[in-house]
Amino acid sequence: MKKVNKGIILASMMAILLILTGCQSKSSQKNSVTIVGSTALQPLVEKAAADYQVKNSGVDITVQGGGSGTGLSQVQQGAVSIGNSDVFAEQQDGIDAKKVVDHKVAVVGMAPVVNQDVPIKNISMANLRKVFTGKITNWKQLGGPDQKIVVINRAQGSGIRKSFERVVLKGQPALNAQEQDSNGTVQKIVQATPGSISYLSFSYFNNQIKHLAIDGVQPNAKNVENNRWKIWSYEHMYTKPNASAATNNFIKYMKSEKVQKNLVSDLGYISIHDMKVELTSDDQVIPIKGAEE
Amino acid sequence: MDAVKKELTRKSKASRQDQRGKLISLACVTLIMLVVLSILYMITSKGLATFFENKMSIVDFFTKQVWNPSAKPQALVGALPMIVGSFSVTVLSALLAAPFAIATAIFMVDIAGKRGRKILQPVIELLVGIPSVVYGFIGLTVVVPFTRTVFGGTGFGILSGTFVLFVMVLPTVTSMYVDSLKAVPQFYREASLALGATRWQTIYKVIIRASIPGLLTAIIFGMARAFGEALAVQMVIGNASILPSDLVSPASTLTSVLTTGIGNTVLGTLPNNALWSLALVLLLMSLVFNLLTRFIGKKGAF
Amino acid sequence: MNAKRVDKIATAVIYLLVGIVILILVALLGFILITGLPHVTWSFLTSPASAFNAGGGIGDQLFNSFYLLFLTLLISFPISLGAGIYLAEYAKKNRVTEAIRITIEVLSSLPSVVVGLFGFLLFVVQFKLGFSIISGAIALTFFNLPLLTRNIENSLNGVSNLQREAGLSLGLSRWKTVTKVVVPAALPGIITGIILSAGRVFGEAAALIFTAGQSAPVLNYANWNPFSGDSPLNIFRPAETLAVHIWKINTEGIMPDASQVSAGASAVLIIAVLVFNLGARWAGNYVYRRITASK
Repeated sequence: MKKVNKGIILASMMAILLILTGCQSKSSQKNSVTIVGSTALQPLVEKAAADYQVKNSGVDITVQGGGSGTGLSQVQQGAVSIGNSDVFAEQQDGIDAKKVVDHKVAVVGMAPVVNQDVPIKNISMANLRKVFTGKITNWKQLGGPDQKIVVINRAQGSGIRKSFERVVLKGQPALNAQEQDSNGTVQKIVQATPGSISYLSFSYFNNQIKHLAIDGVQPNAKNVENNRWKIWSYEHMYTKPNASAATNNFIKYMKSEKVQKNLVSDLGYISIHDMKVELTSDDQVIPIKGAEE
Repeated sequence: MDAVKKELTRKSKASRQDQRGKLISLACVTLIMLVVLSILYMITSKGLATFFENKMSIVDFFTKQVWNPSAKPQALVGALPMIVGSFSVTVLSALLAAPFAIATAIFMVDIAGKRGRKILQPVIELLVGIPSVVYGFIGLTVVVPFTRTVFGGTGFGILSGTFVLFVMVLPTVTSMYVDSLKAVPQFYREASLALGATRWQTIYKVIIRASIPGLLTAIIFGMARAFGEALAVQMVIGNASILPSDLVSPASTLTSVLTTGIGNTVLGTLPNNALWSLALVLLLMSLVFNLLTRFIGKKGAF
Repeated sequence: MNAKRVDKIATAVIYLLVGIVILILVALLGFILITGLPHVTWSFLTSPASAFNAGGGIGDQLFNSFYLLFLTLLISFPISLGAGIYLAEYAKKNRVTEAIRITIEVLSSLPSVVVGLFGFLLFVVQFKLGFSIISGAIALTFFNLPLLTRNIENSLNGVSNLQREAGLSLGLSRWKTVTKVVVPAALPGIITGIILSAGRVFGEAAALIFTAGQSAPVLNYANWNPFSGDSPLNIFRPAETLAVHIWKINTEGIMPDASQVSAGASAVLIIAVLVFNLGARWAGNYVYRRITASK
């Protein structure tokens, strides 16, 4: 009796405590910035937030994952201050792009990767399309050994898949194949599965998997900047139009020379300042005026 | 006289205590039911929205094989491959795990004696605490190549999923069954042995029979874990929404599709609602399993 | 004669199956410990994690895992104990009770991401608790309730009726009998339930990503004021647990030593679970001896 009662009293006390402090924390929300969304962008923002808080101790920044869709829907509802996304708000179902403000904070390049045992270094865009639409199913057809191609696609609706299909598939339906959600998992599966092919962000290249050049163009930052390498996209941070000062200051910091020059390239992204072309939300690539200076 | 009557009809201290106790425990059950019902309500309302708000066909959902809820102009929500995938891995892993779990539990309670149990129990319970991701990666580096060399194919498929789930389900089933075996009164065993039954006869005819309800609960919770598991299965099953034709070709489960998709969709849209429909199917299927197991249990118990 | 042979064969089969299970257990644990332990150093256990440089540790995550477990049990144990008592001792054996049982069991098959999302929408967004340990603990409570309740109910049912009769015949109320006689007698089974659910709390990732969050703010272990932002005891701070950290570095980690950190963290997690299990069982047995007449 005593034991059970104690437990219940404890639980109810906690509930009261919870409500009390819940009210408290609401009043101090002014200087707190909550960031939710894209797991791919998370390491960059987390590191930047940690650096930022060292100098601005009055601001409390929380960075969480949850996926681009979650980030966009939560910022649209005003539940969080910033929503991280790999895709344009215009391209996400159920998001009214007019209700949110886009801040592009980095550019990410993606490239096809294959298992070590595949003796191919270069692939043409047309052949790459045929592999991912299921028209080429054996490495023999691409000049390799007689081995089945194991295609590992990315999750439906994910930012990286949208970017890849926009450039490579050009509207053709993708082969119904294995799908994996995260860069890390794809990296490990490609590493472990003979004859496999998938695609990854540049940051996840390592020496246990092989990345392919397309039509002789190597996947690297230089080629992305002038759009010779075509598979790339932005990392976005979305806010409400009437975002708090703390939020805007942090966004400003993300776009500053300091973050873009060091942190962004350290993590394998490409600085937005270095881009000589711009990608619009309706998939047009246009040169940026005066980008050469 | 009245004083005596009052004294007699008044509730005793013990009775008041009992009432209060009953109230407290009833409150706990009510709280749990409240939580359960609110989750169920959320899943049901969101899951049904696919059919009522987005006007997708329920028949197509259960019979079509193409899953592409964000396709334009006509979204495709055929969940059959996932339903078959989930069903197969759950049943297969439970079937595979049950004999091992029963044997291990019997070994721990009735054969090995105290020391064997003392060593085995913590080790088995340890397995519950290993995160699914770790199981997934061990599956990827050990189980998938194993299946590939022994059974052919790419190694990704229902078979690999079954092997991984088997290990994940085993500790839950075993430890829960150990407790029900311990709850079988000692005099059952003594009576049976006194009648001249061998150890196996005692185990098979008396102990297992007496613990059937506990065994079923254990298996239900094991299957529940298998059903709800996402991360580990997702890595080894291949996660391709294709109707599986054999055990070694890539397939997918309800949970793996749900988990990969949920972060990329926006609440209230069709692609998101369709995922909640998968969760609803999951619920209904585990309900069916549950009822089925109970039904079988009622027949088997004495 | 025949029965004896069957007995021998059956015993052999049991030994074989158990042998295979032990083999799997040893191989699995050996694999994790052998790949992980070489990376476990004192500084790995105490230093904070690093976003993309090599050499990050798991100090905060380890603390968070235990703290979250403590909070979760604090919430879920009393509730499921009460519910278990009701189902085992008070509930009438009718269809309603059966329906309650089935509903609770069905809840346990929900994928953790659904529970996580439910917790996110309700606690993080609706109740404005934010990404916090307390949101995570409540979400994990949902998870634990079915297993714990059923386990407690089964353990209570396992206690011989003689015990109840003895209690009642001494003039104790039913409630007193349950709490003073039956629950103590059922303690070993209850402990198993706690250990199993604790294991799930330690290993859970998907439900926590949306509730407790996946970032660990810098903690100041000298600050024991639970209302201060950087205090480790603050229940309103986001808290990444060890399992979430392993998940994160495996899926999106880009530090050069990601696989080593992951292997080391897995080994540490296993040891933490082992320590907790042995500790819980030891404490349970100690209490059991103190409050019951058994030796």
